[in-house]
Amino acid sequence: MVEIKKETENNYLLLSVEGDVDASSSIHLDKAVREAFDDGNQQILIDCTNLNYISSAGLGVFMSYIEEINQNSINFVLFGLTEKVLKVFGILGLDQLLKIKEDKEAAIAELNGV
Amino acid sequence: MKIKFTGKFYMRLSLTLAVLLWLIIMLIDFLGILADRSQVDLGLAPYLPTLFLNLFYIAVLIYYRFRVTKVESANFVDLLWRVFATGLVSVVISLIIRLFNNEIGGTTLAENPFLSSAFYNINKVLISVFLISTFTVWKKLILYQKSKRLILAWKVFEASLLLSIFFNLTGLVLQESLLFEVVFVTMAIMAIILSANLKWVAYLNFKQKWKSVLLILLITIYIFYFLNYLYIAPDNSPDVFNPIVELFVIVLFVFLLFYSLFSLLVILFNLPTSSVFERKMEEAINFQRLSQSIQQGESEDEIFDILLNSSMNAVYADAGWIEINLPNQDLKVVSKHIGRENINRIKEHIMSAKNRQVIKNPLSANHDTDRVLVSLKRSNFKTAFVVPLLIQNQVSGFMYLLNEVSDSFNKEMINIINTFASQASVSVENSRLMGEALLNERYKEELNIAKSVQRALLPKELHHNDTFKIHAFTEAAAEVGGDYYDTYQLDEHRFAVVIGDVSGKGTSAAFHMSQMKGIFQSLVQKDLDPKSFLIDANNALSNCLERTSFITLTYFIIDTKKKTLEFSRAGHCPTLYYSNKEKEAKYFENKGLGLGILRNQSFENFIEVSKMKFKSDDILVLYTDGISEATNSENEEFGYDRMQTLLQQNAHYDPVMIQKVFISKLYEFCKDNDLNDDYTMLVIKFN
Repeated sequence: MVEIKKETENNYLLLSVEGDVDASSSIHLDKAVREAFDDGNQQILIDCTNLNYISSAGLGVFMSYIEEINQNSINFVLFGLTEKVLKVFGILGLDQLLKIKEDKEAAIAELNGV
Repeated sequence: MKIKFTGKFYMRLSLTLAVLLWLIIMLIDFLGILADRSQVDLGLAPYLPTLFLNLFYIAVLIYYRFRVTKVESANFVDLLWRVFATGLVSVVISLIIRLFNNEIGGTTLAENPFLSSAFYNINKVLISVFLISTFTVWKKLILYQKSKRLILAWKVFEASLLLSIFFNLTGLVLQESLLFEVVFVTMAIMAIILSANLKWVAYLNFKQKWKSVLLILLITIYIFYFLNYLYIAPDNSPDVFNPIVELFVIVLFVFLLFYSLFSLLVILFNLPTSSVFERKMEEAINFQRLSQSIQQGESEDEIFDILLNSSMNAVYADAGWIEINLPNQDLKVVSKHIGRENINRIKEHIMSAKNRQVIKNPLSANHDTDRVLVSLKRSNFKTAFVVPLLIQNQVSGFMYLLNEVSDSFNKEMINIINTFASQASVSVENSRLMGEALLNERYKEELNIAKSVQRALLPKELHHNDTFKIHAFTEAAAEVGGDYYDTYQLDEHRFAVVIGDVSGKGTSAAFHMSQMKGIFQSLVQKDLDPKSFLIDANNALSNCLERTSFITLTYFIIDTKKKTLEFSRAGHCPTLYYSNKEKEAKYFENKGLGLGILRNQSFENFIEVSKMKFKSDDILVLYTDGISEATNSENEEFGYDRMQTLLQQNAHYDPVMIQKVFISKLYEFCKDNDLNDDYTMLVIKFN
């Protein structure tokens, strides 16, 4: 099961993804990210601190937005990934295509172009 | 010869005995006449002829006991018909004899004692056969729907009747003996009491009742005729009755007569109500049809048809229809005696009618399930009854029953309709569930086919030569999965080996896996280097995969001559490699990106080619994330470290054994936590 919280802070939208993202719950994740894009947010932070597990279907969600991120020059930053989850991103090679930061401060710094 | 003591045997035996006994009686009579003529004493005991007669009665009783066997409500009229036919034959013969006697009256032939003795005896046989056969049938009718008490009462009566056969040996005459009178009256009372058992009458329908009345009337006339023949004294006699010596015969007469009269009256009085009884029977049968329709595999349409027909019959409705919302949103209408246009008009009438009475559904608090009774004006139908039909606890339709008479639905009718409606709902529910079950069964079947097709996509024989051993193992969480491995011999010394994993699992993954198989088989022929292979595969897949799907792959080229290993990784789990020289297992963590993630030329920037030499007893372990990411109940992953140690510890085994150790350790680790992903491993060991 996954729980996704949505908050607007300062100049960015913060999505907190908590729990397990598997084949069935990846649909919720996709819906939340889709909404964030459709609302025209230019700065999106994904908090993965409490993301316990992500399956290939969950990775597929992030993967499917890569093109859109690049085309629309959207600042899309993930942070707080656990070692386990980060490794999954790494093996697939997604860490080369998505901005992944250690924590929220680093992610905000990335947004501000520091 | 072996004798079987069946009913047939007893029937034949008793018949033969009866005929024999009758012949003996005739013979004794003739001998008596002869002896009389020649003034000779025969020296026979006086009770002997009576005894033979009694035995004759018993033989006939036994015969009919086995003759009249099964009694069912359907053959009551047949039974009566048989009694009637026996009676008819007896009466006709008896009448012929009487006519003949009248014809020869006054001639010497009439004076012939032999002839009159023969005639007397024939008549006696006919009467007793008729009486006993009628008695047996009456007995069966009385004992239809028997109770313990009834059986007891009947047994007492039957036993005393049997005993009464021998009462004639006493030589007493009814008119003179008080004892005879007392016994007779007692038995007659028993017979009358037993005659009150007429339950079988209720099971006759109207037509059968009429037939029975006619038959019993005629049977009664026969009985009177014979009674008259035997006991009414001739005109010239001073007495009204002849002397009665046989208790058995007179009791039999009383019993048969009373039962016939009672039956006649009861049937007559039952005639007007029989239609109600028939209707109740029909309702019960309709109810049964509704509940059984499912077992006979009847469709929903037929169930609704039965429901409408039975409901209309039960309440004498003039017209009616059922409308049902089908699962696919269509409205289905089954109607009787009413057209489409009329239906819509009446529906409007019902909606707008002010005079409506709501009858609560006792089984549900939901107001949608209440039945409505409506009085209509300005229509040829005066009353309408609307019953919601519940299927799986949802109002899925309505039954409308219409009557041209006002206030025509009473409480009993409404109750019956309610039971019909709920039974039909259960039947429809069951039929739907059954349909779903069948559909599921079919899907399962289809999935099993898919499973065997997919199995066939994975190679049975893995290409290799004697410089290395190779072994593969795969298992899918569902019937089909997204794991893939394959091999190809590029030339004499070079082999291509591939392992891959499609994102997601189940059927969609299986389709992508088969696409991957096609891409591998076509690209591998071009003998590309690993990087070019992955770039081409990525291009091909970019046009095939849906947006959120990707495939991870590792592509190896093994050159057994140069003893080199060349490979590229497209986002697949890092390969585990054991070096025999260093006695250590390591992961090949080169750069890579899953296929289908970047669907343009920039993909090639993320792919590396690694090349290395292998030595004897080095081991390659290729696997999918189903193994590395398998978790136990403590949410702990099987993990890379565990696999690494496992390979180091078991490096001395051959590939088959290494795979077995890995998988058994994996199962042991996960214990009762089901493996919910596809898992595959491929082990290569160089010689």
